[in-house]
Amino acid sequence: MTSSRLPAGGRIDRERPIAFHFNSRRYEGFAGDSLASALLANDVAVVGRSFKRHRPRGLLSLGMEEPNAILDVTMGGMPAPNRIASELPLRPDMAASPTRGWPSLKFDVARALDFWPAPAAAGFYYKTFMGPGLLRRPDAWNRWWEPLLRRMAGQGTAPEGVDPDRYEHVNAHVDIAVVGAGVAGLAAATAAAAAGARVAVFERDIAPGGRALSAAIPCQIDGMDAADWAAERWRALAERPDHIARLNTTAFGLYDGRFLAGFETLDGGGRIWHVRAERILLAPGALERPMTFPGNDRPGVMLAGAVESAVTRYGVQPGRRVVLYQNYAGTAGVEAALAAAGAAIVDRVGPNETVVGTSGGAGRLAGVDIAPLDEDGRPNLTVKRRVAADLLATSGGWSPALALHLIQGGRQQWDAAAGCFVAAGGGQAGVSLIGAADARFTAAQAIASAHMAAGGTAEQAPKVEGGGSGPVGQGSPLAPMADGKAKRSAFVDFQHDVTVSDLELAAREGFVAIEHAKRFTTSGMGTDQGRTAQVATAAALARATGRDIGEVGLSGLRPPVTPTPFGALGGGRTGVLFHQVRKTPMHRRHVAAGAVFEDVGDWKRARFYPKPGEAMRAAVARECLAVRQGAGALDVSTLGKIDVSGPDAAAFLNRIYTNRMDNLKVGACRYGLMLKDDGMVFDDGVAARLSETRFHITTTSGGAANVLDWLEDWRQTELPDLNVRLASVTEQWAGVAIAGPKAREIVARVLPGVDVSNESLPHLRWRDVEAFGGPARLFRVSFSGELGYEINVPWRLGERLWDAVIAAGAAPYGTEAMHVLRAEKGFIVVGHDTDGTVTPVDLGMNWIVSKKKGDFIGKRALARPALIADGRKQMVGLEPEDPKVVLDEGAQLIATGAPSPPEPMLGHVTSSYWSAALDRGFAMALLADGRARHGERLFAWSLGAVHAVKVRDTAFYDPTGERMNG
Amino acid sequence: MLLIPCPYCGPRAETEFAHGGEAHLARPDPEGADDRTWAEHLFHRTNAKGWMRERWRHTAGCGRWFNLCRNTATQAVGPAYEIGAPPPPFPADDRAP
Repeated sequence: MTSSRLPAGGRIDRERPIAFHFNSRRYEGFAGDSLASALLANDVAVVGRSFKRHRPRGLLSLGMEEPNAILDVTMGGMPAPNRIASELPLRPDMAASPTRGWPSLKFDVARALDFWPAPAAAGFYYKTFMGPGLLRRPDAWNRWWEPLLRRMAGQGTAPEGVDPDRYEHVNAHVDIAVVGAGVAGLAAATAAAAAGARVAVFERDIAPGGRALSAAIPCQIDGMDAADWAAERWRALAERPDHIARLNTTAFGLYDGRFLAGFETLDGGGRIWHVRAERILLAPGALERPMTFPGNDRPGVMLAGAVESAVTRYGVQPGRRVVLYQNYAGTAGVEAALAAAGAAIVDRVGPNETVVGTSGGAGRLAGVDIAPLDEDGRPNLTVKRRVAADLLATSGGWSPALALHLIQGGRQQWDAAAGCFVAAGGGQAGVSLIGAADARFTAAQAIASAHMAAGGTAEQAPKVEGGGSGPVGQGSPLAPMADGKAKRSAFVDFQHDVTVSDLELAAREGFVAIEHAKRFTTSGMGTDQGRTAQVATAAALARATGRDIGEVGLSGLRPPVTPTPFGALGGGRTGVLFHQVRKTPMHRRHVAAGAVFEDVGDWKRARFYPKPGEAMRAAVARECLAVRQGAGALDVSTLGKIDVSGPDAAAFLNRIYTNRMDNLKVGACRYGLMLKDDGMVFDDGVAARLSETRFHITTTSGGAANVLDWLEDWRQTELPDLNVRLASVTEQWAGVAIAGPKAREIVARVLPGVDVSNESLPHLRWRDVEAFGGPARLFRVSFSGELGYEINVPWRLGERLWDAVIAAGAAPYGTEAMHVLRAEKGFIVVGHDTDGTVTPVDLGMNWIVSKKKGDFIGKRALARPALIADGRKQMVGLEPEDPKVVLDEGAQLIATGAPSPPEPMLGHVTSSYWSAALDRGFAMALLADGRARHGERLFAWSLGAVHAVKVRDTAFYDPTGERMNG
Repeated sequence: MLLIPCPYCGPRAETEFAHGGEAHLARPDPEGADDRTWAEHLFHRTNAKGWMRERWRHTAGCGRWFNLCRNTATQAVGPAYEIGAPPPPFPADDRAP
């Protein structure tokens, strides 16, 4: 094995070697290495295969902009896909593999795509897989193309199983938050701290200093080496407990309200930071962009800044024979680094020259072809020279890292003098860019402006001496090139294999706007968000359309700026903490009885109680008959319950319900319907008058919170003159409904000594009783059409109540039987038979809409022309002609049994069940002009099946209500 | 995420609040309003791009409704004030041009 590690130098700890695995082979690096630098030190030239054409790719950079070294990495725990190798500090348990390369990295069958490049051209997928043709038959995509393409092009492997890592979320409020601990960020943080501000500083790297860690010609700050100054400043901030200073922490989002989100990588997990700050100073630095020329993706072509970093920071010699190709003056840094590494600069591409191609075998650079430019600025290929080289150090200039500025609404524009896109306003007040992110590329400029931006005084400003000059005269990174093959191998986006030729195709097909060209070519749409691709893409599109790069502009970005694990975003909210589950006090009795549960809001409700081997339909039928013939018990603890009290409680409820509540007598209860002010049914329940000034009202189980919010809205904002108070008592009272002809006997057994005779407690009355040593309420109400009661006891006594009711002889029944029983009576369930477009008149419930009382919510709207017009859908009953048929809920009602689309839809089924009592299927439906259609024959269509039905009223069972009132 | 100054609890995160639409809508007299007036009351809103006065409720806090100035274009948050209080003027815009 070869190694390019230099014998000395670099910011690595040579006393601490670290073994790791890449592609199943063992390598060694040192503490202080990133995974990328360790691969470079081990002469691993090819780190992956490209996305579409499967070309071998090597390290382009050693920073967060890296487009090629995107690896699947395991660090003890879960394999993590799509990690940027240059962003991962080397660890002993690290095992990495390329995200692509099938069947192997060295022999990649899909490489053939590169020599038959049509499939890889932009727009290929859109054009090939849509429309007619043998390989485009409807199932071809699912059967052949997708499995094949996923295997060949898959972008990383999603891990399976439960993530063993742990994550947490931390909130902080500070005066000033600084993103990036390069010299600019540290100068700002130091100045802010000196002025008394509470400061948070986040640095994604393992050490503070930014580019100072990689500079071959370091500057001196306050008389210290820049990297030492940075370490010193960092220590001063980190040791103060009122400040927050975190390394390994990437700021990935910036949101409204100066809300900064960062992800801190920790052993065995990580931490999400949510920081609000009065001011946010963005100092993420600048990103180096590659030159775009034919063959620019060959392993061995590296960014000049990365070459400098390899030598200075990591003590690695990235090549021995080096060609330099930059589009600006100021190459002293990389030259100094190469000299220190003992590498020879064998050629330089001059200002009137360009690289027209690269050559090499086994995926490694061997030669660079350089040609002069003719008078038209085009390469003159007749006089090109081939230079033997193993490294091409290239730089197309530096771009301020604007991602955080842009995702919070900031704008940008091309600055021709600076040769880069710069921030141009538009962000939140209090958020500003400093340092290289503000196009201040030398340490002296960056520190001076950062210091002042953070409120520092001129006297306190750090003194900077020496250092590099920064890029001078940089411009478009797009090299002049010939047409044809040259443009097909000149890559603007390495991760997504987009070339200059693709951008020209986009322009020819009319995708001239940058956002359109981006989507057509997928340039910049990789996991790197096109950090090395964006400017090159704009430059290529500009040239293809004859425009200025500034006119083309850059495409938009969105958070997260860097890939962030879903586990981290979830934080501690996993497993049982993922979502709250509400259980009634008799829940374990339902479990013991073998109940199948359903979710109603956050509640677990017993749906039915199957006997061993019993199917759902049989169980529900059995439970229904138990109620109709004997007595059943239903857990109704989940019903929303609201205590309404105050001198104006009755007047308030008169406004809320469609029917009168002011004339309800103490000791009585009444079914009530609530509308929204647009006249549509919103919720229903029972109101019981506890005293002249106090009511107990119930709501649907799922709607309790919404109803309380709604009542509070009216109480606080529209009816503030009414003296009334509202309190949720849902979890104060557990409840059991007892229904059936034998219900009275059961209640008498459960509540001995209470007079439950019809004379004493007729339908829709209630009374205070005592049960199990606590206060209780007994209601005579029915949702099944049978003789019915509800007993409410304090929550803690719920299980005792349930046990007593079952012991007294009631059979437990679940919510499914409850639904069947209520539908047999034509009782609606809000949200099941209604959908926010249904009025009480549509439901045939005119009887509950008071004509006598004054205003109530929704009253005026019920008189609107649209709500009294003909053709509205009205609630009807349906009987399938075949009594064995149970229609699908949601089935469409049509006039013919042989529909030919577009068939007019007359209505739809809202509730449909098997009725054991009627021994047939039945349904409720909303049907246009339904009440005038009773007796008509229609058809119900669902998923291709059509059934004839007879329209009728909804009172299927005991239409006169004798059973309920008896 | 917005930082909303609840008049009763102080500044809290947006996730604690529920949005209640445009503020200062006077509900017309239902007896006197014609169909058009009532329909506009129900369905027509200013939907301004820029500063608006809105109703918000501190649902995960004190439960109180209040009014808030918010810029729908820049997401800048202005003063909050109690229901029934006279509306304060809109602040100067909070975002660089």
